Amino acid sequence: MAHEEVHDHDTPLEYRTETTRLNILGFWIFLGAEIALFSTLFATYMALMYRTGSGPSPTELFELKGVLIETFLLLTSSFTCGIAIHESRRQNRKGIFIWMIITLLLGAGFLVFEIKEFIEYVHEGATIGTSAYWSAFFTIVGTHGLHVTIGIFWIILILIQVARRGLTPQTSSKVFISSLYWHFLDVVWIFILTAVYLTGMVLR
Amino acid sequence: MFKRLRPFLALGLVLSVFFLGGCSNSYVIFDPKGPVAAQQKDLILYSIGLMAIILVVVYVLFTVILVKYRENRKDLSNYDPHNHGSKKLETIWTIIPIIIIIALAIPTVKVIYDLEKSTDTSSKPKAPLVINATAVDWKWIFSYPKQGIETVNYINIPKDRPVLFKLTSADSMSSFWVPQLGGQKYAMSGMETELYLQADELGTFEGRNSNFNGEGFTHQTFNVHSVSQADFDKWTADMKSKSPKLTKEQYDKLMLQGHVKKTMTFSSTHLKWVNHAHEADYAVKTRERLGVVPQNPHGSKAKDANKPESDSKGDS
Amino acid sequence: MKWDEFFVTGDPLIYGADVSIALTTVGILFYLTYFKKWKWLWTEWITTVDHKKLGIMYIAAAVLMMFRGGVDALLMRVQLATPDAKFLDSQHYNEIFTTHGTIMIIFMAMPFLIGLINVVIPLQIGARDVAFPYLNAVSFWTFFIGAMLFNISFVIGGSPSAGWTSYMPLAGNELSPGPGQNYYLLGLQIAGIGTLLTGINFLVTILKMRAPGMTLFRMPMFTWSALVTMVIIVFAFPILTIALALMTFDRLFGAHFFTLQGAGMDMLWANLFWLWGHPEVYIVILPAFGMFSEIISAFSRKTLFGYKAMVWAMVIIAAYSFMVWVHHFFTMGSGALVNSVFSITTMIIGIPTGIKIFNWLFTMYKGRISFTTPMLWSLGFIINFVIGGVTGVMLAMAAADYQYHNTYFLIAHFHYVLIGGTVYACFAGLIYWYPKMFGHRLNERIGKWVFWLFNIGFNVCFFPQFLLGFDGMPRRVYTYSAASGWGPLNMVSTIGGFVMGLAFLLFVYCLYYSFRYAKREVAGDPWGVGRTLEWATTSTVPPHYNFAVIPTVTGLDPVETFRNQKIDTKPKLADLKPIHMPDYSGVPFVMAVFFFIAGFGLVFEWYWMGIVGLIGVFITMIIRSFDRNEGFYVGLEEIKETERINE
Repeated sequence: MAHEEVHDHDTPLEYRTETTRLNILGFWIFLGAEIALFSTLFATYMALMYRTGSGPSPTELFELKGVLIETFLLLTSSFTCGIAIHESRRQNRKGIFIWMIITLLLGAGFLVFEIKEFIEYVHEGATIGTSAYWSAFFTIVGTHGLHVTIGIFWIILILIQVARRGLTPQTSSKVFISSLYWHFLDVVWIFILTAVYLTGMVLR
Repeated sequence: MFKRLRPFLALGLVLSVFFLGGCSNSYVIFDPKGPVAAQQKDLILYSIGLMAIILVVVYVLFTVILVKYRENRKDLSNYDPHNHGSKKLETIWTIIPIIIIIALAIPTVKVIYDLEKSTDTSSKPKAPLVINATAVDWKWIFSYPKQGIETVNYINIPKDRPVLFKLTSADSMSSFWVPQLGGQKYAMSGMETELYLQADELGTFEGRNSNFNGEGFTHQTFNVHSVSQADFDKWTADMKSKSPKLTKEQYDKLMLQGHVKKTMTFSSTHLKWVNHAHEADYAVKTRERLGVVPQNPHGSKAKDANKPESDSKGDS
Repeated sequence: MKWDEFFVTGDPLIYGADVSIALTTVGILFYLTYFKKWKWLWTEWITTVDHKKLGIMYIAAAVLMMFRGGVDALLMRVQLATPDAKFLDSQHYNEIFTTHGTIMIIFMAMPFLIGLINVVIPLQIGARDVAFPYLNAVSFWTFFIGAMLFNISFVIGGSPSAGWTSYMPLAGNELSPGPGQNYYLLGLQIAGIGTLLTGINFLVTILKMRAPGMTLFRMPMFTWSALVTMVIIVFAFPILTIALALMTFDRLFGAHFFTLQGAGMDMLWANLFWLWGHPEVYIVILPAFGMFSEIISAFSRKTLFGYKAMVWAMVIIAAYSFMVWVHHFFTMGSGALVNSVFSITTMIIGIPTGIKIFNWLFTMYKGRISFTTPMLWSLGFIINFVIGGVTGVMLAMAAADYQYHNTYFLIAHFHYVLIGGTVYACFAGLIYWYPKMFGHRLNERIGKWVFWLFNIGFNVCFFPQFLLGFDGMPRRVYTYSAASGWGPLNMVSTIGGFVMGLAFLLFVYCLYYSFRYAKREVAGDPWGVGRTLEWATTSTVPPHYNFAVIPTVTGLDPVETFRNQKIDTKPKLADLKPIHMPDYSGVPFVMAVFFFIAGFGLVFEWYWMGIVGLIGVFITMIIRSFDRNEGFYVGLEEIKETERINE
């Protein structure tokens, strides 16, 4: 456990200790595993795309409006999250709080619309047990939603730590890592938008 | 030193004897009764031959190196701790395996393509006899759509004529296999797979499900009787006139898990009302309708009920 | 659920197991209490984050699982020894081969290798621990608790019986009712989390924590094999996670991924399973390759032949491991083109594997080969693995595979690869690095007996199974008729199985005997032939910090260089500095206990219990996040004492 500290002021805080550098690399690799995880879900979804059985088809239920709002909220949150990291690089604690809280609110807004969407589908007779297609739909979109939920709670915990301990290499690396996670969820959402919603509406 | 190596040598000897023994005609896949199995046998023997060469090369090299470079040899002058590679040697043992694999891949691909086609390759091929084979836990139901008869756990096929099996399953994933006639293929619910086989000799050949599917798996077997075309025609006519019609109720009972004690023959097929290739949940729904609830094998109810009907082979 | 369904009843074998489990538990509790070992157990082992101790615990658990899986195997062999035997009924037999397969792959082979990787890799690259020691403890405990969850199934609720492949729809609610299959899903899911974390952990460790001067192409071959394995783990295990989750949804929440109803697709499970399953095969064989490379090179007293070719061969194998999964079901009727393509990709894997075999042979060429037990296991590996390899190529020929598929030919093939490769490596590696863990070597005389018994027993057991395959004996049948003619070869096979069992017992005795009587080692390199950095530090390795001063590497085989150039690696007083190490923590263990609660609740579909468990897991994560975990310093006095440096 080497503790070589770097005191060069051009180096971002989170890259100044060995431990935090290792943490960041480890998290990148974790994201690699997450890519494999979501790829499997996408493959599953595509294999089951036309297997609606006796249940409704997605063309009947999908509505572009809600999905576009969700997309807008999440994309914007990714942008605000980026600003938060910019503030973190400037070691501006207040900036981090403002922009991260906006990010979380946008994320929560995304979740609200997603849950509303799910409830609507359930009312129209599409649940996880309706057909293979809907099992795959709820699982892939739900897994992403679960990730967002976990992300929100996680970032709240990190903000508490920043508030209590100030910006140290440890806390700023946590902020940085959680932002990587948040951007990753955004990228996954783009794929969901394309592979699930747009193909579900157009290609069928 | 040689004493230490003796077990290795003995092992090699035993292995080669086993391998040569393996090529004798006593084993079923080396005793084909039809063109498909014969083709596969030839491919297998060819590959065993090539592989035996690899084994011999590796084992001879292994033995020579072990003896020559053992620690307690007299002359240590050929010890060279810095010998760390040789472009020439490494190229050789990269290229030779590539050649061997090409030598294996070409006939393999050829046979793979051949097996997808009818076994009759003459210019005026005979139309294949079509048999729909349906696996249900733990029996095989065969329908002759053209002849309008249905059998359980046995089939008669005419010798020297290609038979096209259309495979499907009412529940678990099964594999249709008659080793002496040819390799297997899966039978899956909601799907139809096709397998061409043909018998060149008269006789009875054992067939089975070879893909594990639960408690009754071991005894999910059937017999294939290869008969002359004349006998086959007579048999179909007899069965058509003498056997009872298959009723829906009777068929639904066959959908329950279990074995049948005897083979059965009917003068009509179930294809009229259900083809499991298109209706994957038929068996499950039928069980539900008949009030059969799946039981935990360790539950109290399961201990006295729901056992497979018999543990004996259903023979004809 | 009634109590008579909760506890498995009605079988004398199970009652016997109940009694022996109860007695063992009471015995252990008594021992711990009477000798006042509870505190020792907690502070030294349960809370440890030290890679060496975690490695030892991995290996101990794996040996335990080898015993369990081995007993399963012998029960099967007894049932199959004679035609129409009545020793086990069908259901019981099915449960036993399911647990045998699952345990041997997931809870024996992998943890054994991960255990050796844990002990050896940080030493081999000259690191003080892994990148994330705390995560390493989480890995171990989730693996261990997953294994325990899976193992209790045979006394509580009933074991899974759909095979380790658990093909759908057989493994679904309709055809496999009861908690058995849930144990499989949850046990593997929890253990899988640990494996994925191990993958990330060692990837970072190997990439970032190597000793100064150790470039990628100066890494020992075992380290290379671990690196490649970890890459496979990171990309393959998420596939398993999803596949298991989807089947769990099918069974618990009525989803229709793989079911007969609702347009589910059973073939999808087979594809997902083998998309993970085939890389998994390489996860358990590549570290074995790495170990053999080390051992053969060391005991031939020669540098490895064709180092770069060996590395690239592994990289190619790893890449191809994701491109061959269809060969597990050529018989699914995917069409001639698909089968041809996957036939060829599978055969191509034979090329890098062949290169490795020849490189091992030529590592011995012009060497000075000494026949120690680790070397014997490595030589036995070459002999057996070549058979496994060539039969693998035979199986890769799809048209021929239609005849081999689901037969004992396949069984014999993969046992030649997995035992002949992985298990031989586990023995070889354990014996080779044993002094690094316990400070003494294992008795060579008994060790050689173990090897010969095992090697002969193994071949007697599995070679006849190739022939049974030729004779059309399907795998997973619980009995066969006398008329089939399979009796004699099965009897031979069973005898071989028991000889292997005997070898295992003798090995356990060897552990005990050596613990009592073997000479204690103090030098770094008890074999006198070590080439890599783990032999540069003392045996046993200093607690905590591994190296008082991290050595500098100038090429391959650094310890060989130190030996030839008579460089003294003993640390100098002036170079010593206090060493920072991470704190021990009980949180990983507690987290694993909550995982167990969650898993157990979900197995029986008691959702309140599942939720309680998951909340507990999250709470432990939060506790960890808020923990400042500042670690501690190992002081100069302690280092001086450990390294026996006098002023």
